[in-house]
Amino acid sequence: MANHASTEPVQAGEIPKPNVGWIWKTFFVLVGITALEFVFVFLMNPGTLRNSIFIVLTIFKAFFIVAEFMHLKHEVKALIWTILIPMALLIWLLIALVSEGTYGGQAIQNAFN
Amino acid sequence: MSTISTTQPLTTASSTAERPRSGNWDGGNEPFKASYGKLMMWFFLLSDAFTFAAFLTTYGLIRHRNPAFDPNAGVPFEFSTAYWPIPDKVFNAFPGLHGMDVPLGFVALMTMILIFSSVTMVLAVEAGHRMDKKDVQKWLLWTILFGATFLASQAWEWSHFIGGHEEGTLMADGTTFYGANLTQNQYGPVLFADLFFFITGFHGTHVFSGVCLLVYCFIATTNGTFHKRGHYEMVEKVGLYWHFVDLVWVFVFTFFYLV
Repeated sequence: MANHASTEPVQAGEIPKPNVGWIWKTFFVLVGITALEFVFVFLMNPGTLRNSIFIVLTIFKAFFIVAEFMHLKHEVKALIWTILIPMALLIWLLIALVSEGTYGGQAIQNAFN
Repeated sequence: MSTISTTQPLTTASSTAERPRSGNWDGGNEPFKASYGKLMMWFFLLSDAFTFAAFLTTYGLIRHRNPAFDPNAGVPFEFSTAYWPIPDKVFNAFPGLHGMDVPLGFVALMTMILIFSSVTMVLAVEAGHRMDKKDVQKWLLWTILFGATFLASQAWEWSHFIGGHEEGTLMADGTTFYGANLTQNQYGPVLFADLFFFITGFHGTHVFSGVCLLVYCFIATTNGTFHKRGHYEMVEKVGLYWHFVDLVWVFVFTFFYLV
């Protein structure tokens, strides 16, 4: 225990003050968007417009989580693009598979009816 | 004469040797300004996103192939295998409020719990940057608590989904069926329950792994492992994973419960 204090690199008084304002700001943005989504669930009839609003709000939420909480906004540009380009291609693939697959499924169904 | 012809390439060679190649991608430095572990965590999360995208693609396709309920037909909504169920009619139960119609209330609570656990996770990472062991411990404990609460909520949601609503649904063979399993469910098409189990189950498994990693981080922080190492990067890496799990829930929430 005698050399315990010397192995401790940081003394009690040296810890800087926390800087957490941006964290709570991001939190309130996320809560606000979620609340907005619930407003749309109960005030709008289901349809393409409502679904589009949900998807746009979801992308907003994803942006704040990835950019601020996962700190990607403050990384090097090369790292940002390394993550974003495959994700963009993946979303393209997702949309293409759903729309083409729906068409293909209907075509097969019609062929047997 | 031959010496002149050889000096020409030599001088160019020496002139490049005087200015060492020190660009971003010439080796010997970190072009991404991120450590190996953090970079690999990003790439793992990217590959994990592929898996969840496969689930969402399947969900989108099957959802499209089933007709939607038409609210303008004049018939009130009831569970039927003829169309895809409306999520607010399926997920309308709340623990302690038996028999009350609380559309999506419990899911909203679960979403808030998970977003809040993300906030406490960022606070733990921030405390790690300041080498504040006590704060890291405090926020990690809160994150573990919220993560475990989310898992417990999901367990309740599953058991309610499997147990079923009171009315049950009249099946084609004349019997009444309550709840859901992989081959039959009272809410709608068979694949509705299957997709619910697979997508929320896969996400729940991720949350469980995250809680295990957080418990490891808490133990290592308490033992002073990270403090002796001089940095709390492990907390940061587990934080990246934890936020990704939150991110996936944002998408599952939209596509399974809202749309």
